[in-house]
Amino acid sequence: MEVTRRETMAIGGAAALSAFLPNVSLASTNDLIMGVTGGAEAASGGISMTAPEIAENGNTVPISIDAPGAVAITILAAGNPNPGVATFNFGGGAGSQSATTRIRLGGTQDVIAVAQMADGSYAAISQTVKVTIGGCGG
Amino acid sequence: MKLTKILPTIMGLVAIPFVALAGEDSQLTINEEPFVTSVAAPAHLENVDTIFSGWVFRTDETQALQMDDFDNPAFVFIDQAIDSFNTVDGSSGKACASCHESPEVFKGLRASMPRVNSSGDLETIPELVNNCRTERMGAEKWKWSGGKMAGMIGLIGLQSRGMTVDVAIDGPASSMWEKGKELYYQRVGQLDMSCSNCHEDNYGNMIRADHLSQGQINGFPTYRLKNAKLNTIHGRFKGCMKNIRATPFKEGSDEFKALELYVASRSNGLMIETPSVRN
Amino acid sequence: MAKGVKPRVKVPKTASAGEMVTLKTLISHKMESGRRKDSDGNTIPRSIINRFTCAFNGKMVLDVEMLPAISTNPYFQFDAVIPEAGEFHFTWYDDDGSVYETKKKVAMA
Repeated sequence: MEVTRRETMAIGGAAALSAFLPNVSLASTNDLIMGVTGGAEAASGGISMTAPEIAENGNTVPISIDAPGAVAITILAAGNPNPGVATFNFGGGAGSQSATTRIRLGGTQDVIAVAQMADGSYAAISQTVKVTIGGCGG
Repeated sequence: MKLTKILPTIMGLVAIPFVALAGEDSQLTINEEPFVTSVAAPAHLENVDTIFSGWVFRTDETQALQMDDFDNPAFVFIDQAIDSFNTVDGSSGKACASCHESPEVFKGLRASMPRVNSSGDLETIPELVNNCRTERMGAEKWKWSGGKMAGMIGLIGLQSRGMTVDVAIDGPASSMWEKGKELYYQRVGQLDMSCSNCHEDNYGNMIRADHLSQGQINGFPTYRLKNAKLNTIHGRFKGCMKNIRATPFKEGSDEFKALELYVASRSNGLMIETPSVRN
Repeated sequence: MAKGVKPRVKVPKTASAGEMVTLKTLISHKMESGRRKDSDGNTIPRSIINRFTCAFNGKMVLDVEMLPAISTNPYFQFDAVIPEAGEFHFTWYDDDGSVYETKKKVAMA
């Protein structure tokens, strides 16, 4: 029987689980999306995001976003003291409307991406990223 | 490759009979060149059969950061070290480049350090750098783990990347090696733990949220996500000792140099990965 | 000018007309968020790179508004189209007014 790393953590029980910072939801995901769209509905298709399920360190979390045909994509971190992370504006020289960067997450939270499309509509996606803290490495 | 190992418990941790390492099926390639990340342990290791690079224990995302020299954040500091290599510093009006044509002349050095020199002293790369600076350049010493030194030893170490770690433990090195081994197995600090308690007895286990590695140093200086900069070997030894609530030895001390020699020898057979990316 | 800021970019040396290429950019910068306190308990003021732009032969590829949640040593990977031979111009704008830049030429394959 092989035990995956995640199962190992579940078996480890309280010790491992208590290492996750509590779910912070200072601003709701929906409110944040509306903040970018100005109240307009955001479609759930047409945008994708790659983020780790568990971030090895909240200081440097790799995130990728992709929304073909977008004019701009805004990334938000719902549980950070300030949810705004970055807005990527794509120009005519761009080869795709996608980008990868590394962000800081202060705790387990939803990471949100909102794309403004060329026709003025919006698309949004969100994913929970677990942020761990502590262990001997600090 | 599946790792199966029955691990004894220390400190009342739950025994995990089979531990799958994060990314154990991943192959490390750097700029598409394959790297070996596990080999049979060197003969002098009694309690370990296979040695693993620290890379193996990190999440997929962290592992990916080391696989391309433009994804690897350490390289902005390597680039700065190249500039430093070519910049005149000190009263003699020399740059490193005045005597050493290019960083490439250091190919092979990192793979066999630390080593005993002809005067019988155990020497490390930061000491070689500072000796050059003070005696031949008329420049000031750099702090052992400061940004400038970490960048320079990263640049020097990079020249040995891909080479096999091969540190001498016999002959003139043997007394320092024995001392280092003693330190490795000695419990210290308020938490009363030795290096071996985590890195030999419990590698592969979780300590709270940290996935314990074997504590190999073949990738140092390493870019840690935790502090977003290059970290040196003695810097990490110091940090580890503080985590155990022990008073750390000083960077550059005989104790840390002996420990560095011993710990380096535990990775004999692995490849140099400097500058690596870790958590 | 913030100390020790150095850009590093991955740009192909050659490309065919109309080819899409992936660019990688990194710059060493602390990205002081403005939320840390020093040992006396005083807040260390924010000091970050707040904007990154990339253009090819003057045509905008990417323009990123950056906030303190971008990690230390900001990294961006993105795609550009190379219509003809020319030059990429990368710029980073610091809160303190400094501008860091680097240029890379691309020839036709």
